[in-house]
Amino acid sequence: MSVVEWVASACFLLGCALTLVAAIGILRFPDLLARMHAGTKPQVLGLVLSMTGLGLSIGSSQVAWKLILVIVFQFMTAPVSAHMVGRAGYRTGKVREDLLEVDELTEDLERAKADETPG
Amino acid sequence: MSPVVMWAGGAMLAVAALLIVARIERGPSMLDRAIALDALVASLMGGLAMWSAATGRSDLVNVLVVLALVGFIGSVTLARFVAVEPEDEGRILTPEEVRIHDARLREALERERDRSAAGRDSAAQRAHPEGEQQ
Amino acid sequence: MAERVRLWTRWPMIVWLAATWVLLWGDLTLANVLAGLVLGALVMVLLPMPRVGFDGRPWLPGIVVLVVRFFVDVIMASVQVAKKALAFGQHPRAAVIRVRLRSHSDLLLTITAQLCSLVPGSIIVEAHRLSGTLYVHVFDVDDAGGIDGARAHALEIERRVIYALATDEEIAEAGLPPRRRLLRRRSQEVSA
Repeated sequence: MSVVEWVASACFLLGCALTLVAAIGILRFPDLLARMHAGTKPQVLGLVLSMTGLGLSIGSSQVAWKLILVIVFQFMTAPVSAHMVGRAGYRTGKVREDLLEVDELTEDLERAKADETPG
Repeated sequence: MSPVVMWAGGAMLAVAALLIVARIERGPSMLDRAIALDALVASLMGGLAMWSAATGRSDLVNVLVVLALVGFIGSVTLARFVAVEPEDEGRILTPEEVRIHDARLREALERERDRSAAGRDSAAQRAHPEGEQQ
Repeated sequence: MAERVRLWTRWPMIVWLAATWVLLWGDLTLANVLAGLVLGALVMVLLPMPRVGFDGRPWLPGIVVLVVRFFVDVIMASVQVAKKALAFGQHPRAAVIRVRLRSHSDLLLTITAQLCSLVPGSIIVEAHRLSGTLYVHVFDVDDAGGIDGARAHALEIERRVIYALATDEEIAEAGLPPRRRLLRRRSQEVSA
């Protein structure tokens, strides 16, 4: 095997391992937001690794550009869904407050509501 | 690529997919399922990438592009609906319940219209958009 | 006429769409570039989007620092989250913190929020545009270096974004030293 193939294999294995760790986290973590940290983020590093591996093992610039496009699309879209799901989860009370050390958003929301009611 | 790498990576992805499916089954809320589905798509993309590398089929890269671009729509849509849904989600309402719910909604809308017709100061509302958040 | 002027001011978007088109086809030919430009212009005319006010000044050293540090952050934080996922028997201690950003531009707020949520260990739960406040869910308070550490980290990302993209006035408004002084300080540190 050439050096390039070794590097590509290492990238693939690391990417797969990250996906596996993410799956363990998704199954194990206690509340929605903790699961999101485990679940939506390995897309970032795991995907970059997998795409690097694929680009190295195919080794054509035409494919490499497309793979860069895949990574850019993922970088643009992943935060959107993460934010939407996190926000919806927070607003519908799916965050377990007993697991939070500090919760400054609820403090602020309550203060805003208190400001609103007398006026 | 050597078959050892293929099998090791494939096995890891398969186990990951199984664990994710377990989370999808367990829930408890639709949002948990949505993020688990996202992760399933991510592992699918990893598998596709490895398959493409192993067989040298560069046409699969197009599938990866499409998945990267549309993969987030599902969970965004779900989040959008969940945000307005009441607590007891995941249950299909009976026609009777739907009628009651609709009536209550219409009533609320009418009340809202009356209130804005009564000339409530809309500028004050705009100054405190936090009020909408609950 | 007004239509054409507006289209002209949107050339970055059209160039981006054309670049995407060329990358998807995979080969750089004149026909591809022209088709991409025409399609990009068509998309901008047929599907108009509200204009995002961007009057910043991209600064290459800032952008390089932003991108490099972003990847370092992603790798370090991925390792931390992976460790926590494998540490059976204990759960992470999470927190929701308020981060008041220093800049007031929509675009800078968006990019900061985007980068914060791409780095593992933090999710933007809520963003308040008027006061420029982000509410960040921190995955594990201890890994992030305490609540103040997590807040400082988000502000640090914002600082890099500001240096990469903002105008000099925006930098001054945010209360940060100007770029020139930043460079001088760097070179002094290197020579010292």
